[in-house]
Amino acid sequence: MSEVDALVERMREGNRRALSRILTLIENDTPDGRRALAALYPRSGRAHTVGLTGSAGSGKSTLVGALARELRRRGKTLGIVAIDPTSPFSQGALLGDRIRMQDLTSDPQVFLRSMATRGNLGGLAPATAGLVTALDAFGKDVVLVETVGAGQDEVEVAAMADTTVVVLTPGSGDDVQAMKAGIMEIADVLVVNKRDLPNADLLARQLQSIVDAAPGERRTPIVRTSSALGEGIDELADALEAHRDYVSQPAVRERHREAQARHQVLALARQMLLARVVADHSGDGKLEELVARVARREIDPHSAADALIAG
Amino acid sequence: MADRKLRVLIAKPGLDGHDRGAKVVARALRDAGMEVIYTGIRQTPEMIAEAALQEDVDVVGLSILSGAHMELFPRVINALKERDIDPGEVLLFAGGIIPDADIEPLKQMGFRAIFGPGTSTEDVVRFVREWDAARQNGAK
Repeated sequence: MSEVDALVERMREGNRRALSRILTLIENDTPDGRRALAALYPRSGRAHTVGLTGSAGSGKSTLVGALARELRRRGKTLGIVAIDPTSPFSQGALLGDRIRMQDLTSDPQVFLRSMATRGNLGGLAPATAGLVTALDAFGKDVVLVETVGAGQDEVEVAAMADTTVVVLTPGSGDDVQAMKAGIMEIADVLVVNKRDLPNADLLARQLQSIVDAAPGERRTPIVRTSSALGEGIDELADALEAHRDYVSQPAVRERHREAQARHQVLALARQMLLARVVADHSGDGKLEELVARVARREIDPHSAADALIAG
Repeated sequence: MADRKLRVLIAKPGLDGHDRGAKVVARALRDAGMEVIYTGIRQTPEMIAEAALQEDVDVVGLSILSGAHMELFPRVINALKERDIDPGEVLLFAGGIIPDADIEPLKQMGFRAIFGPGTSTEDVVRFVREWDAARQNGAK
């Protein structure tokens, strides 16, 4: 038995150290990581996966902490993946989500893993879906994913999670932003956080009118919360459970999972193709030459990309 | 190409609430390209070991100013061992107000460096990098 197979075996027996090692292998996208993921994927799909997104400062980390406590009260075991940005300058990252979840971190039924985006622009890290799969296969009842809050990341989150929660705050122009970013199409649950602030009710009413005008069979629920004061968290947990029941209906579930699978396969294919093109030209100077020609306006970016792919 | 990153846990055990030093070190390591998990102040040894376990870190740095290091550091080491983490496999270091007389016992315990006041962040970064390079060579 190879080392990674042994790790997968130990993880299946409930060893958290083995789980953690596997998460690292998956995150680093090593051959062992891919092998582990291939072994774990068929065992995944049982957890309720919940993605939380919203702009920076909307209170996501605190909300995830409060929600996690409520879900623990309801007896759920939890995996949490919290994503923070990688610095584009140093490629390093400061991951601080544990600070807001301190009391949860000594609960053995909660497994919290911090991730850096490592250059991905979508608000998720490249390996986020893989980490969710592993936590799911480990047997967690619910896996919460907190995105980096890049603003336009909602599509990627929705492609990975059973339930997508969009967190908005009053006074940040979020109602208009919400319509622009296509959040209505993506959000399964809308949260108006910091409900103790002025204009929270106004934002909730504006959102309600958008929801009412939207087509479709299901009305997106709007939950008003204050994660700092711990208010509205039980309603949020109820809304998540209601949505899980909704997506568990066979017809909905099939449609949902197929759309997710399609997105994931295409996203990975895109990533691999790009990696291949970059690898093909590593060191031959072709990319630099094309870049220089585009910069001098000698050729257009499309033709340059064409030439790069053609070899 | 696998993107291997050094993952570092910076933690403050015990009750002192001054985390300027810990934050400066965390930032310096971040600026050196590492992924730094910072857990905040007032951590119990169990919380620190749990974070090391869940985050699968390569390096654990403890900052302490309260004087309780001879009490708390052995408990961190025990909590790591209880979680199947071999203190010899991760790089353990400490910083803060630690009397000279305690340095040798702490090194015996598994701490490979003790950084006192006035240490340059570059020294900490170099120390972590050199350990990592030595580890890479050892693995080959």
